[in-house]
Amino acid sequence: MYNIKKIREDFPMLKQKMQNHPLVFLDNASTTFKPKAVIDAINNYYVKETSNSHRGDYDLCFHIDQELDATRKVVADFLNAKKEEIVFTSGASMSINLVAYGYAMKHLKKGDEILLTESEHASNILPWFKVQQTVGAKIKFIPLTKEGRLTLDNVKKSITSKTKIIAVAQITNVLGYLASIKEITKLAHQKKIIVVVDGAQSVPHRLTDVKDLDVDFLSFSAHKMCGPTGIGVLYGKYELLEKTDPTLTGGGMNVDFFTDGKVTYFNPPARFEAGTLNLAGIYGLKAAIQYLTKIGMNNIEKHEQELRAYLIKELKKIKDVVIYNEHAESGIVTINKKNVFAQDEATFLNSRGIAVRSGQHCAKILNGFLNTPATVRISLYLYTSKEDIDKLIKALKEGDYLNAYFA
Amino acid sequence: MPISLNNEMMRQIIMDHYQNPQHKKTPKKGYVSIHSKSENCIDDINVYLKLEKGKVKDCLWDGVACTISTASTDIMCELVINKTEKEARYIIDQYLKMIHEEKFDEEILGEAIAFINTSKQAARIKCATIGFNALKDILNHKHGK
Repeated sequence: MYNIKKIREDFPMLKQKMQNHPLVFLDNASTTFKPKAVIDAINNYYVKETSNSHRGDYDLCFHIDQELDATRKVVADFLNAKKEEIVFTSGASMSINLVAYGYAMKHLKKGDEILLTESEHASNILPWFKVQQTVGAKIKFIPLTKEGRLTLDNVKKSITSKTKIIAVAQITNVLGYLASIKEITKLAHQKKIIVVVDGAQSVPHRLTDVKDLDVDFLSFSAHKMCGPTGIGVLYGKYELLEKTDPTLTGGGMNVDFFTDGKVTYFNPPARFEAGTLNLAGIYGLKAAIQYLTKIGMNNIEKHEQELRAYLIKELKKIKDVVIYNEHAESGIVTINKKNVFAQDEATFLNSRGIAVRSGQHCAKILNGFLNTPATVRISLYLYTSKEDIDKLIKALKEGDYLNAYFA
Repeated sequence: MPISLNNEMMRQIIMDHYQNPQHKKTPKKGYVSIHSKSENCIDDINVYLKLEKGKVKDCLWDGVACTISTASTDIMCELVINKTEKEARYIIDQYLKMIHEEKFDEEILGEAIAFINTSKQAARIKCATIGFNALKDILNHKHGK
């Protein structure tokens, strides 16, 4: 049984207050709270196990290297990958940038095409702009359905003989739709196209099997999955990592170098990990994955699904609430209150102790199907309770959003 | 006088300027303008200023903004039109003092007094000051030239 009460006790942040109300945190697509186990692991690095990796001959150092290796294994097992396919980065943004600068800039030429969608996060669009500017490759956007979904059919229609890369989110961050990655990779690989998946909104919430999905690259951030900030992962098929250039050079990534400029790099993944790693972050990442695994990714997904269904049911009872993604598969629910600017509603909810995110959307998405300059995003996680939803619904029913301003 | 406004009156002032902003227009030419986009919220506005002989001939704005930023920017335009540049600067300074809970000259702020509660909702300070800060930037920038 999913013991939500017990789970919530693991998270010190859930005892915090905001505006004198018990905190209701519904901005989990942005970042997540950390269980005590993760905080303890980070502290443990600083209190008992501080030293640098691959740097010495004493016990502390030896232990760090073991921990580093063990964490890589934990991440690999979590994704059904191999240990040497796991690169530690600062987060999903750095992971995607590494693929864009290290792989795409090296292998794409003028006229090659990169397929994206208009519902991607900036971190999965702007690095590709750089590739476009630098090598003259061309970015094309795969049309979305009226609802905002990516379909296999539209992927198929967008592919040409020049398509080299498809970069899409498994779950999009505004509308929360789940893309059929397995089908997309199958189609793409028939045409020798590389599929780069942004897993920032999916890896924390559901079971990920990179072998089954057959993705070429996958990126995600620890802080969105109960882990610390400043640490993330790039998964890459080993043969592709071998073809990727390091974008950061320095200590820890080279075998040797000479004054004449000759340098030999380590093999992946060390090749991409120049400088001292975020070791405390790595301790935290390991603890976070162990925590999630203990609860079970399928259980987490099921919990979020049940809560989402309840949230949608309750939202539909409020007459002046518009839901933009009723049928999305994730714990992301995007709404507006009629005639209330999203930011006004979000700051009103803040006054009731409820954290949600108001967000603006790029013009194309806006004109295409949302018809609003901004929305309020509610996003759930493993520790979200039915009571959290009830408090949100109660606040959404309150009439005048300016009440908070004059409280 | 204005400090005696009650919450209902303040609410009314804000809603009036939000629903019917008087100065939310995009001018054709003859204005200096500045674009201001908040890093931590949605507000994304332009403020336009027309100066003639050291006097604010007109002040307009356009863009995407919440209730508080819409109303505060619109009221700001109202306040500075037909004022000298020096008077406009004084109004901006006094308003910012009010927002940051410092002693201020309430006599010249008119309807802008409706934003006196902003500091209680820290997340709203940015909304209530985006227009004023933009206008201040225009005036400073113009001087720098």
